[in-house]
Amino acid sequence: MVEHDMREIDVREIGDRIREMAVEVSWNLGTAERECLRRLSEEEESPLGRKILSAIVSNFEIAAAERRPLCQDTGLAVVFLEIGQNVRLVGGSLLDAVNAGVRTAYRDALLRMSVLNDPLLRANTKDNTPAIVHIEIVPGDRVRILFGAKGGGCENMSRSAMLNPSDGKRGVVEFVTRAVQEASANPCPPVVVGVGLGGTFEKAAILAKKALFRPLGKPNSQLHLADLERELLDSINRTGVGPMGMGGTRTAMAVHVEAFPCHIASLPVAVNLDCHSHRHMEAEI
Amino acid sequence: MAGKRADTADDTIRLRVPFGEEVARSLRAGQHVTLSGTAYAARDAAHKRIVEAVARRERLPVDFRDQLIYYVGPTPARPGEPIGSAGPTTSTRMDDYMEAMLELGIRATMGKGIRSRKVMELQKRYGAVYFQAIGGAGALLARHIKAAEVVAYEDLGAEALRRLELEGFPAIVAVDAHGGDAFAEGQRRYCRL
Repeated sequence: MVEHDMREIDVREIGDRIREMAVEVSWNLGTAERECLRRLSEEEESPLGRKILSAIVSNFEIAAAERRPLCQDTGLAVVFLEIGQNVRLVGGSLLDAVNAGVRTAYRDALLRMSVLNDPLLRANTKDNTPAIVHIEIVPGDRVRILFGAKGGGCENMSRSAMLNPSDGKRGVVEFVTRAVQEASANPCPPVVVGVGLGGTFEKAAILAKKALFRPLGKPNSQLHLADLERELLDSINRTGVGPMGMGGTRTAMAVHVEAFPCHIASLPVAVNLDCHSHRHMEAEI
Repeated sequence: MAGKRADTADDTIRLRVPFGEEVARSLRAGQHVTLSGTAYAARDAAHKRIVEAVARRERLPVDFRDQLIYYVGPTPARPGEPIGSAGPTTSTRMDDYMEAMLELGIRATMGKGIRSRKVMELQKRYGAVYFQAIGGAGALLARHIKAAEVVAYEDLGAEALRRLELEGFPAIVAVDAHGGDAFAEGQRRYCRL
């Protein structure tokens, strides 16, 4: 491929899409998430759990009707960019454009500024930047943007481990189930559970995060992983954690597993939790 | 009402805040309440400032005796409205500040999520109670906050110390002053592992 076959994309267009998505996810919960929460509010066996779920349903209805943030934690902006290798980015710095989109969205939509300049110095950057940006170079001439607003309460309950290969599938089920059980009420269940399996230490964590961006409840295309997702969902719902941790039979909205090849000595596993206010969107340019 | 699980709206206890030790000790884990009256909003950074001010023997911006602390960092208010979305944040992060706050006289806290064993013991000793508000219901819960005013630490933005006027704010007694824990009780009932 020679240079004149490259497709030019202005980074400001990427920034604009991010701005639009950041505003929209803050007040407009996705259709799949709404249907899931409505269904859980009927399926839940605990009367208190049903009452909590019906309040959660009311909340997303109010947020949509009044265009208000679903939650006061409007999150840290997490962006996956899949950039086609035949794309030539023009118009300035890509990261600056992403952060400009986030900054404008959070200021104009009156979202909460939840980002600090340093984990120890802890001064608020006052514009919710920088975003967390993961970039992948893929075949093609398009840019795919996955945007998520990630709350701190559920992010804090995430964990990872380097399991022993002999622990196998059973070890994975136990580890993920225990992570959700010990997180208890803190990540605002019913949660969405992203699981990264394989790769290396850091690869597993990124897979777990990216798993959260899959359309809610869409199974992994590999049958053994789709089976694992069903087994994990059942096991997590048996913990009894329930809506907002007050007991019940519906603890997770969905479990998404993403896997990658790994070393003969390793079985890395990472669990990234998202709250019931599962805010994500995608766009393609 | 004491000791009874309250699952229907009819069993909801209407509470005025602030309230004293006798009311706190009368509440039981699992009871539904609505809260009306004055409370204070504070989360991580405001707690740190308060505790540091106490250590330096400085005068505090408010008298915390018998007060309810709501762990919340709201979104900015729209023009003409008292507050933005205002659901609870995770209470666990304030566990380490609890003893100092109880020493200042607070009577109740409200947030989301579980509390440490130490907080449960402290609540028994001081006669205090912990409410859970519904996490992630910030748009709904904001309707029950009729006024909000920054009283200190304005530079902390969303984390500033605010005085709130609550009206019929719904919550559940999550940890009472007798060691009752609605999380543990509820989860035990439905655990099938």
